[in-house]
Amino acid sequence: MRHKGLKKAAMVGLGAAIGAGFALGAVAETPKRGGILNIVVGSKIPSYDGHRENTFGMIHPIRPFYSLLIRINPDNPSSPTDFVCDLCEGSVPNPTDDGKNYVFKIRKGVKFHNGASLSSQDIKATFDKIVFPPKGTPSARKAFFKMVDTITAPDDTTLIFKLKYASSGFIPAVATPFNFVYSKADLDKHGYEWHTKNINGSGAFTFVQHQPGAFVEGKRYAGYHHAGKPYLDGYKAIAAPKMAIRLQAIRGGRADIEFRGFPPKARDDLVKALGDKITVQESDWNCALFFTANHTRKPFDDARVRRAISLAVDRWSGSKYLSRIAIVKAVGGIVYPSHPLAATPAELESIAGFGRDIKANRAEARRLLKEAGQENLSFTLLNRGVDQPYKVVGTWLIGQWKKAGITVKQDVKPTGPFLDSLRKKKDFDVSIDFNCQSVINPVVDASKFLGSAGNNYGSYDDPVLEKMFDAMNREGDPKKVRSMMRAYEKRVLDEEAHMALTMWWYKINPHRSYVKGWKIAPSHYLNQSLDQVWLDK
Amino acid sequence: MTVSDLPGSGSLEELGVQNSWTSTAWSLIRRQPLGAAGLFIVLVMIFMAVFAEVITPFDPEENNFEFMLTPPGADFWLGTDQFGRDQLTRIIFGARTALYVGFTAAFVGAFSGLVLGVASAYFGGWFDLLFQRVMDVFMAFPLIILALAVVSILGPNINNVIIAITIPFIPQCARVVRSSALAIREIPYVDAARALGFSHRRIILRHMAPNVMAPFLIMLTTFVGQAILLEASLSYLGLGVQEPTPAWGLMLQGGAEEYAESAPWVAIFPGLAISLAVFAFNMFGDALRDVLDPKLRSR
Repeated sequence: MRHKGLKKAAMVGLGAAIGAGFALGAVAETPKRGGILNIVVGSKIPSYDGHRENTFGMIHPIRPFYSLLIRINPDNPSSPTDFVCDLCEGSVPNPTDDGKNYVFKIRKGVKFHNGASLSSQDIKATFDKIVFPPKGTPSARKAFFKMVDTITAPDDTTLIFKLKYASSGFIPAVATPFNFVYSKADLDKHGYEWHTKNINGSGAFTFVQHQPGAFVEGKRYAGYHHAGKPYLDGYKAIAAPKMAIRLQAIRGGRADIEFRGFPPKARDDLVKALGDKITVQESDWNCALFFTANHTRKPFDDARVRRAISLAVDRWSGSKYLSRIAIVKAVGGIVYPSHPLAATPAELESIAGFGRDIKANRAEARRLLKEAGQENLSFTLLNRGVDQPYKVVGTWLIGQWKKAGITVKQDVKPTGPFLDSLRKKKDFDVSIDFNCQSVINPVVDASKFLGSAGNNYGSYDDPVLEKMFDAMNREGDPKKVRSMMRAYEKRVLDEEAHMALTMWWYKINPHRSYVKGWKIAPSHYLNQSLDQVWLDK
Repeated sequence: MTVSDLPGSGSLEELGVQNSWTSTAWSLIRRQPLGAAGLFIVLVMIFMAVFAEVITPFDPEENNFEFMLTPPGADFWLGTDQFGRDQLTRIIFGARTALYVGFTAAFVGAFSGLVLGVASAYFGGWFDLLFQRVMDVFMAFPLIILALAVVSILGPNINNVIIAITIPFIPQCARVVRSSALAIREIPYVDAARALGFSHRRIILRHMAPNVMAPFLIMLTTFVGQAILLEASLSYLGLGVQEPTPAWGLMLQGGAEEYAESAPWVAIFPGLAISLAVFAFNMFGDALRDVLDPKLRSR
């Protein structure tokens, strides 16, 4: 009886404590205004033009100056399907005309930083540049919008996208954080090159200065269209190419946050040194690390050999151990692991190289190599001269292949020559390969595996796969898309083994605990408007 | 005048006229203790490089994640790295890489410099002038910068690293050897060789080159140490040998930044190996200079 009474009292006490905690938490979470956020950025700014660039080196310092038509929900950025309006009104529109017509209502009263009003004409001009760029104007994500037929703006508050066919890839493509909305007047007056060196957006912050190689500075935009935001007075994006310097900047309090991510050891060191002064946010990352065989080189023209080198790799134990030293973790197929279109564990295990019995996998690999006359297979792995995760995973892969009797040497090249080898020279046997995207858009992202894709380096032609993709891209029913995705995945990773997936990246963002309001997203390109961020100082 | 009156010759023993191997070694240790220590370390390195497979039970390249970042202890004397590989094993096998690169680059660089330096002094005139200006151009670049440039152009692999290290050695050796050879050129026996109709090649290789051996040998030993250091530097910068090949600079690169705090042994032991090797060759080179230089020997 006494014991029961104590237990009850303890439960009441615990409940009260939790309740008080929530209450205190709610008070503590009321945003405070003011302060400058110091960010460290590990890459350079090639230009300010989001439409042509694809690096976080540009997104992190420049994105806060711009708005988008729609964006991922900044309060729920980990969801791959939660999109909200930024410059449009209400919620993201549902399509009409069997999924082929999207009508966006545009906010009134939005102004660019130069004082000009923003209307649907500006957004139309922006998407015309992205979707239908004139010859010679780069548009890095033009291919995402293959389904778009016309873009019209019948009045200043209406924007209509007419699609050639219904596609589940359309809305995620529109939400891509690189789709900065530019002023039509700027585009008409200055041309399509002007935004590479000039900034005039409608984002939460206005441009103050850029000292190349040093920092970018922005200050609060009082006329921002999301009422009451941003909370910060400004921000400073400090260039720091070396990871050790970025790490020490956060440790020493000279920087508050780094948005790309640190390896596990760096996180552990920071937490050990700073305790509760550091908050760590972690997430699966919409980046997958592959290895791709050059189909034009013998013996990699033989699917049995390609299948064997995939079978030899133990992804499951790799995930367990590599996640302690590298920014990789989730074992998955070609779709971002937590997306509804991703393979379930059971579906995954039926694919070559994903079975749990590594001994059986390696025995099968040896059998296939023997059958192909390649019992003593040896080759060179081309890799990128970047530690995380490329070189770490490359060294792990070589160890995995060795266990199946395959001898592999590594040829590590700096990023420029590495990409040159992949894209132009094609002078490799097998190469580390990657697919890093921003918004999770599985159908569009899956185009990477087509031999015809600009970012595919396997040098193969697979008409069956092309047909499968085309059918999938034109299908609007998610259930059917899922089933088609499985068949597509099986062909890419198993039957033809055109490419092999190692693991998905894992994002670790340790930051100063006083940085509030920022939530980690599955990509280092996402949720970077900074309008939600505040400093609890 | 007796033999002992000759400069730098204390006794018959020192001249090696009648001496046992042990007494010579003892004499060297007594007179050049640092040089002897250097020689000992060099011999240990050579032994490690040759018998690496016998000395250690571990595979230097095999990942063993169950033991990743194990601190030094009874099972792994120098601990393990982030891939669970035994550090001591990788240091032992790394000696093979260091010596292969060190000796190859030093020998090729020094011998090329020897021949070119003697030839430059022997021919003189416009050939000497032109050749020395070319050497000036090469010597204007710091060693590491030139090596970096070469390996950036050729690409990072062990053979290109050797080429990258060899190229800066050639002018260094050629310049030193030339200055000695200029004096030798004026000695009558060279004129006599010419008068007898010997070929230029024979005069350079058989009559002049052997007489510049003292500075040459000193340069050679110094080059080995420098080459080991350069190889480690290039590997550290990601431009040398590549994983999973065991190499000291590469080991240092893998551990220096990420694990310096949580697993310091990953960076400390390869760093010590590099320092010890360079120290050994430098000390040995210094001792060799003292032994071969009559002026220093007499002190």
